Amino acid sequence: MSAVMPDAALNAGSPSQGSAARARTMSDTVPPYALELRDLRKSFGKTEIIRGASLAVNTGERIAVIGPNGAGKSTLFNLISGRFAPTSGEVLLNGHRIDGKRPFEINRLGLSRSFQITNIFPKLSVFENLRCGVLWSLGYKYTFLKFLADLHDANERAEQLLHMIKLDRKRDVLGVNLTYAEQRALEIGVTIAGGANVILLDEPTAGMSKSETKRFIELIKEVTVGKTLLTVEHDMGVVFGLADKIAVVVYGEVIAFDTPAAVRANQRVQEAYLGSHVADAQAAAGGH
Amino acid sequence: MEFFTISLLNGVSYGLLLFMLSSGLTLIFSMMGVLNFAHASFYMLGAYFAFAVTQLVGYWPALFVAPLIVGALGALFERYCLRRVHKFGHVPELLITFGLSFIVLEVVQLIWGTSSVDYRVPAALEGPLFTIYGTQFPAYRAFMMLVALLMLVSIWLLLTRTRIGLVIQAALTHPETVEALGHNVPRVFMLVFGGGAALAGLAGVIGGNAFVTEPGMAAAVGPVIFVVVVCGGMGSLSGAFIASLAIGIIQTFAVGTDSSLLGAAGTIGFDITPQTFGYALWKLKISQVAPILPFLFLVLMLIFRPKGLLGTREG
Amino acid sequence: MSAVPQRAEQSAPAASHAATPYYRFQPFNIGRWIIWTLFAVVLLVAPLIFTSSLSQTMLTQMGVAIIVCLSYNMLLGQGGMLSFGHAVYSGLGAFLAIHTLNLVSKNHLPLPVSLIPLVGGVSAMGFALLFGWVTTKKAATPFAMITLGIGELVWAMSLMFPEFFGGEGGISGNRVTGPKPFGITFGPQIQLYYLIAVYTFVCTALMYAFTRTPLGRMLNAVRDNPERVEFVGYDTQKVRYISFVIAAFFAGIAGGLAALNFEIVTSEVVSGYRSGAYLLFTFLGGATFFFGPIIGGILMVLAFVLLSELTKAWLLYLGLVFLFMVMYAPGGIASLIMMNLRVASFGRLKELWVSYLALAVTAFITLIGAAAMIEMVYHLKLNAALGPELRFMGATLNAQGASSWFGAAFVMVTGIGLFEVARRHFARQWGEIQEFIEKEMKRREAL
Repeated sequence: MSAVMPDAALNAGSPSQGSAARARTMSDTVPPYALELRDLRKSFGKTEIIRGASLAVNTGERIAVIGPNGAGKSTLFNLISGRFAPTSGEVLLNGHRIDGKRPFEINRLGLSRSFQITNIFPKLSVFENLRCGVLWSLGYKYTFLKFLADLHDANERAEQLLHMIKLDRKRDVLGVNLTYAEQRALEIGVTIAGGANVILLDEPTAGMSKSETKRFIELIKEVTVGKTLLTVEHDMGVVFGLADKIAVVVYGEVIAFDTPAAVRANQRVQEAYLGSHVADAQAAAGGH
Repeated sequence: MEFFTISLLNGVSYGLLLFMLSSGLTLIFSMMGVLNFAHASFYMLGAYFAFAVTQLVGYWPALFVAPLIVGALGALFERYCLRRVHKFGHVPELLITFGLSFIVLEVVQLIWGTSSVDYRVPAALEGPLFTIYGTQFPAYRAFMMLVALLMLVSIWLLLTRTRIGLVIQAALTHPETVEALGHNVPRVFMLVFGGGAALAGLAGVIGGNAFVTEPGMAAAVGPVIFVVVVCGGMGSLSGAFIASLAIGIIQTFAVGTDSSLLGAAGTIGFDITPQTFGYALWKLKISQVAPILPFLFLVLMLIFRPKGLLGTREG
Repeated sequence: MSAVPQRAEQSAPAASHAATPYYRFQPFNIGRWIIWTLFAVVLLVAPLIFTSSLSQTMLTQMGVAIIVCLSYNMLLGQGGMLSFGHAVYSGLGAFLAIHTLNLVSKNHLPLPVSLIPLVGGVSAMGFALLFGWVTTKKAATPFAMITLGIGELVWAMSLMFPEFFGGEGGISGNRVTGPKPFGITFGPQIQLYYLIAVYTFVCTALMYAFTRTPLGRMLNAVRDNPERVEFVGYDTQKVRYISFVIAAFFAGIAGGLAALNFEIVTSEVVSGYRSGAYLLFTFLGGATFFFGPIIGGILMVLAFVLLSELTKAWLLYLGLVFLFMVMYAPGGIASLIMMNLRVASFGRLKELWVSYLALAVTAFITLIGAAAMIEMVYHLKLNAALGPELRFMGATLNAQGASSWFGAAFVMVTGIGLFEVARRHFARQWGEIQEFIEKEMKRREAL
């Protein structure tokens, strides 16, 4: 199965996974994709929002998901992370099917996400927020027979995260009292706290100024070293600076999935963003 | 057969009354996200005000005046109390309506005493409407059904055919957008809350004399309408309709049925004596079990279909 | 030091950071020991100070009320779960406790009376395992409605099974029975008080400890953001369910203690009325701090025992106080205390005492006027046979006389006017102090 639409592969003319046009399964010696979407569809009532999205992400890749407004990027994330169940199609995490599972089940299998609208624990302190993020992954489950203060591994990990997201000075400040950028940083912290290997970030820099965005992207790069990352982004500077590959989502389908340069040149992408006249003109003028 | 028909008719009229109450509750909930704990208190106020007005000028004016008074009180409460706690979240909103129900209960007991009042069916509507199979069907019950249906049809028309109804429908799901379009959404909220209260008050006017008018009437019907709303599906009017009728009919049938498992076992040949294990359960008559049926329904619904019958949104 | 949201006010800087002359909080650990020791001492010494039998009965009931309100706050304040049916668990615990007591009396069960409350706790836990699974399937508003429904279910069932629930007369028992270790019979009230004091201390300590465990913290997380909790790997429903069962356990213990205290249990203990009382007083005491329900429990007993004797209108007053609390101080009395403590820690509390005095005096005047009118109405309705005159705070009022009414109304309106003036002044002062505190905190963070 090819990871991209045939048109894009022709247009791209660059090494892509089109050449390895076969499904990767668990039985192969080649490791499975970190995240794979197979013909994913989602309808709300009669409206089909996601109309057959397919994607295959290798471990360790950084993918930016872009597309016009309303294309279904957030919905795609919601489907992957289990907030909604797909109408049809499959989602595979490291080769295991996760479509239809509940969010906490998916999270326990190694996928974590952040939200477009900041989604932290407002009445807990920064440190507590981070600690909540690590508890399950360290195996503490629903115990009420241990004191939090005695969980050295959890506390250490939370301190580590605190340092990573550079909120040391705000350790005991309640989430609701942080500035917007600090809350976003905390959001990232909680997202990576559990040690998930596949991270979904939904518009992490939304609402930030240029300088804040720059710093934030550096932070994201630092904290997601070695992990598979998918970010929804609108800021093209961020996209081209951060991503190994770009997935372009239009009307609920992935119309292109390739390196940034290739995607830039992709005619379908240009049509989607600029309209067909301009795209034709570009093509006629030889493109970039 | 006669038991069946009469019970069915009675059940439908009770169910329609329940729907009058739960529809107001659903509207308020859908619009404002507030589950009005004091809704049954408005029902009670409607009955008591109607009683008072009837004593002064008669029943027919009371039919219009009492709901208006209750509606005005509801609107005032929304404006001065509920609106203030809106920013604290849903739990304080529920709490403040709980506080209101408490206060209403005390004030009613203060003014009218702790026992029931003699709020009677007007003479014009007394007596049977028709006699079927030898049992009479009270004319007043038919009147109740008529008023309920009229009210519901006019609400439906209001919501779907008028401009204000359109605004209300829009504000049901997107209050900020509606406000951005220049509509006075807080005023719309006040209207809806007052309207819901008036609807409950009207239910009280017509139900208070058919059933009993006493301080405990709010606590008797309150939990049942919450069950209706949860079982019908939070925010679904049609679900509330089905659930109201279902509960109304089932309860009416149950109250009139005197058989018990003991009797049923007897017909098969099992002899249940006080020494039999679980005798307390065996000897229960269905009529004794009737009060818990709505709540059993709730529990079963939650186990097998947590969304409710036609539920679309979460609480 | 782990931040304890239940105890510390918003961002009160930890004492482990550089101490400045503004701080009056002790380093946290010592503070904790002091507070708990103080609590134990108060429990020990209270009946020796208040020795009348009325006081001792009230103290006993307060211990029980503290346990049940704290258990209720596990749901409300810590879990964000508004329950209208908590009395089901305390009540069923009470019933099973008294049935067990009767079994002990008949020599069927050699269980010391002091362990009976545990029976109450375990049985309540059993019911919670059963009902809780269905109850916690939903959150927020539907949860509240479900608890109401189940509460009504159990209440209605109490009328159906008189063998278990005792019908009109309830079930009676005798606590002077069973094996009596150390010769303690629990006949005298003081002995029972100390038993309850022990249970109160232990249960409070356990419930506090719960707030510092992973489950306790995740319960807070569920309250704040249930969706996020799922995305850090926790099943939200399970967190709620387990906490629900634990809260029911403590409620059952309280029920068992009440059964021992009154030696009779009637179906009123599972009524919606009682659930409402738990809600009202826990909220009044303060749901956002751990010690709030302790205040709430004490107030509950004071209101039911003393206030109800003082005036017939006590339920109305209670409802009005509750209403005002929800509108103006949703954090309850505990939050009011903590806010003022915070102001004190920044050294600005002294300035407010004049404003507070003004507020108190004007509120008192208003209250007198309003209360006079309410009492006159109640008098007319309930004590009509005694004639239109009544005594109110040392003065004689004529409930049918215009002058009394006019006087009361005048007092109330004047009070309201003056209160409004005092309130505006206070609000200005308070606002200025809050701004000062914000600036101070920012300044300290930058250090």
